Amino acid sequence: MSEQKFFKVTIDNITTEVEPGTTILQAARKIGGDIVPPAMCYYSTLKDSGGKCRTCLVKVAQGSAADPRPVPKLVASCRTAVMDGMVVENITNQQVLEARDGVVEFLLINHPLDCPVCDQAGECNLQDLSYGHGDDKSRFEFVKRTFEPEDIGPHIQLHMNRCIMCYRCTYVADQLTEERLHGVLDRGDRSRISTYISKAIDNDFSGNMIDVCPVGALTDKTFRFKNRVWFTRPMDAHRECSKCAGKVHLWMRGDEVFRVTGRKDQWGEVHDWICNECRYDKKKVSDWIIEGPAKMSRHSVISVNKYYGLKKPKDFLPEVMGGRDPKMLMNIHDVSGVNDPDIDLSAINGPATSKTFEKKDS
Amino acid sequence: MGRKLLLDKVGIVGIRSYDVYRKNGGYSSVEKVLKTMSPDDVTNEVKKSGLRGRGGAGFPTGMKWGFLAKPEGVPRYLVCNADESEPGTFKDRYLMEHIPHLLIEGLIVSSYAVGSNRTYIYIRGEFGWIVDILEQAIAEAKNNGWLGKNILGSGFDCEVYVHPGAGAYICGEETALLESLEGKRGNPRIKPPFPAVKGLYGCPTVVNNVETLSTVVPIINMGGDEYAKYGTGKSTGTKLISACGNINKPGVYEIEMNISVEEFIYSDEYCGGIANGKRLKACVPGGSSVPVLPAYLLLKTAKGETRMMTYESLSDGGFQTGSMLGSGGFIVYDEDQCIVRNTYSFSRFYRHESCGQCSPCREGTFWMEKILWNLEHGKGKMKDIDLLWSVQGNIEGNTICPLGDAAAWPVAAAIRHFRDEFEWHVTHPEEAQRRNYGLAGYAEPLKAGV
Repeated sequence: MSEQKFFKVTIDNITTEVEPGTTILQAARKIGGDIVPPAMCYYSTLKDSGGKCRTCLVKVAQGSAADPRPVPKLVASCRTAVMDGMVVENITNQQVLEARDGVVEFLLINHPLDCPVCDQAGECNLQDLSYGHGDDKSRFEFVKRTFEPEDIGPHIQLHMNRCIMCYRCTYVADQLTEERLHGVLDRGDRSRISTYISKAIDNDFSGNMIDVCPVGALTDKTFRFKNRVWFTRPMDAHRECSKCAGKVHLWMRGDEVFRVTGRKDQWGEVHDWICNECRYDKKKVSDWIIEGPAKMSRHSVISVNKYYGLKKPKDFLPEVMGGRDPKMLMNIHDVSGVNDPDIDLSAINGPATSKTFEKKDS
Repeated sequence: MGRKLLLDKVGIVGIRSYDVYRKNGGYSSVEKVLKTMSPDDVTNEVKKSGLRGRGGAGFPTGMKWGFLAKPEGVPRYLVCNADESEPGTFKDRYLMEHIPHLLIEGLIVSSYAVGSNRTYIYIRGEFGWIVDILEQAIAEAKNNGWLGKNILGSGFDCEVYVHPGAGAYICGEETALLESLEGKRGNPRIKPPFPAVKGLYGCPTVVNNVETLSTVVPIINMGGDEYAKYGTGKSTGTKLISACGNINKPGVYEIEMNISVEEFIYSDEYCGGIANGKRLKACVPGGSSVPVLPAYLLLKTAKGETRMMTYESLSDGGFQTGSMLGSGGFIVYDEDQCIVRNTYSFSRFYRHESCGQCSPCREGTFWMEKILWNLEHGKGKMKDIDLLWSVQGNIEGNTICPLGDAAAWPVAAAIRHFRDEFEWHVTHPEEAQRRNYGLAGYAEPLKAGV
């Protein structure tokens, strides 16, 4: 085999070498850090995805070593292959940042911003994106576009109002399931995800639509309103499954499994798709072999309150007490009568006040 | 009288039928090409003619054919874009309705040049009756041996199919057209790959406008060099202009690209002047997508030169003081027309026709229409004008296909040239409901005798 040729590409003044055919976005991910353009619709494991949301726009300042002319328009980095000697500007180019802010504003004008009641909150790509690029106030002064609620099956809840039309779920249905039962209907601002003739989406791998959805448009009905993601703790787990790899994240709180999802990498992408049986029906700890806590980004809200690398706070009381054991500072049983065995709590009529617990015999 | 190449025979009674068309010299270019020329000769002839795409972008046709990838064992396709839905443009419809065999003849010659054995006419769904006209023309051509297997014993096979669209403007964009032709949702594809490499069914494809393909016929008949003598500079030949709006004689005119805009509007041969003795306020020279120009910039460029009906002259000054020839939809406004209302109307169209695939176009057109509705109905605020400017700027250049640009340009041009009319709508909300802003300072200088 002949020698493998590599293309040299410079992104925000950082040069790397990648294989021919790599996209700018993948090259940026190889470098990593702040220069990676955000991607709302591109999904590396779904063929043909990308190019639609326009958040990953970058400036190609030099087309290639052979043809150093710049590309006049901004290009979608997720769908543009690198050329040898290409120079790309992402966060170093003001035009790119302005265009990205504009795109984020467009994505948000019709988004309901109902994060407090949205199950995706905490792991939502649009939330991250709007923290990074959104404005603190909206210039949109009209009534937001809304859609009628639609039932698309027993497992998946569709909130069309939150959808940003990334088309990822249609690619999942096309590429993973036997038959695509849903698609995009209508056009323009009225375009929506729907099954048209009220069909229930129950293909065996259809649950992966939930994992790929960048926003809270497709959520897991078995997890709906059960918990917030930042209270749950992701665990790597696996099981023997005849249909899929069986490698999952279990989202646990205490000993309870609240949710099962595919394992996402650092870019939020699932590589081993899981079947609906693993996702919806195996919600007991005994169904799984738990490997250990999943690695989450340090910056993710999911990492809050998780105990990795935990340091025990310094116990200063013995030091203060000069080596003596500390005594109990205050015995709450003496102060409050709540634990008074004389009073039958269930017999209290109406709301209890401090008077209820006043000791009668003192 | 200007010289005509496409519509010269349109007045002949019964030209729509094969017999009359053939008697008047029809299909002679097919004979010439199949008997004496190689496909490369045809392409060279078109290159020499300097023919530029008549669909709006004005890309040189010969060069487009030259870009076509020619891998072994892979079919190539020619697709005729007859999805003419731009507000103000109705030239292809006229051509197909009156002289359908000209298009069929152009298609056979062009198919031979690009090596397409299956050629499709993707026609706008609303043109239902033209589908019948074209299918009849195809049947007649086939019965007389101009289509089918081994045409004129040359060994070249060609079939032409008519495929009606389903009513989406976006399917006039070439990659959306190909998607729709393949039976999918008409969403534009992300380029590259370009259709010349990977088009219909993943094969190399050329997509050309109806008028472009029809023009190939006179080019072959008279020779590319001869054709290039028509017109001026890089705008060679003749162009169909569909004129409408406040003019005395709306209709489709074939112009040689060497006349001035002023002549086109005021001469009796063409538009015949502004209707009802009013004065010219503004004009959209190339279909709704191109920037609107106030009268003083329309007749003379910013440099003071006379503006001609050519690709170069109309785009002189860029978008600051110029426009585009586009698809030739020439819309004229007189002093009674309201630019804000007109911009709103265009904006509503683009909002309705956006495919909804990429976010700037989907949300931006929706937003612009709402702001413009407010401005038009006396509910606008001064900051809305700046907001509108900012929104159109965020759409332009950031979308997958040119529809986003096409939605942004008219709004940008309207604000650029007619800002005081927008401001008047804000400061006089009630008066704006009763009367129009009028001519203000936009008109051409008064001429003696007009």
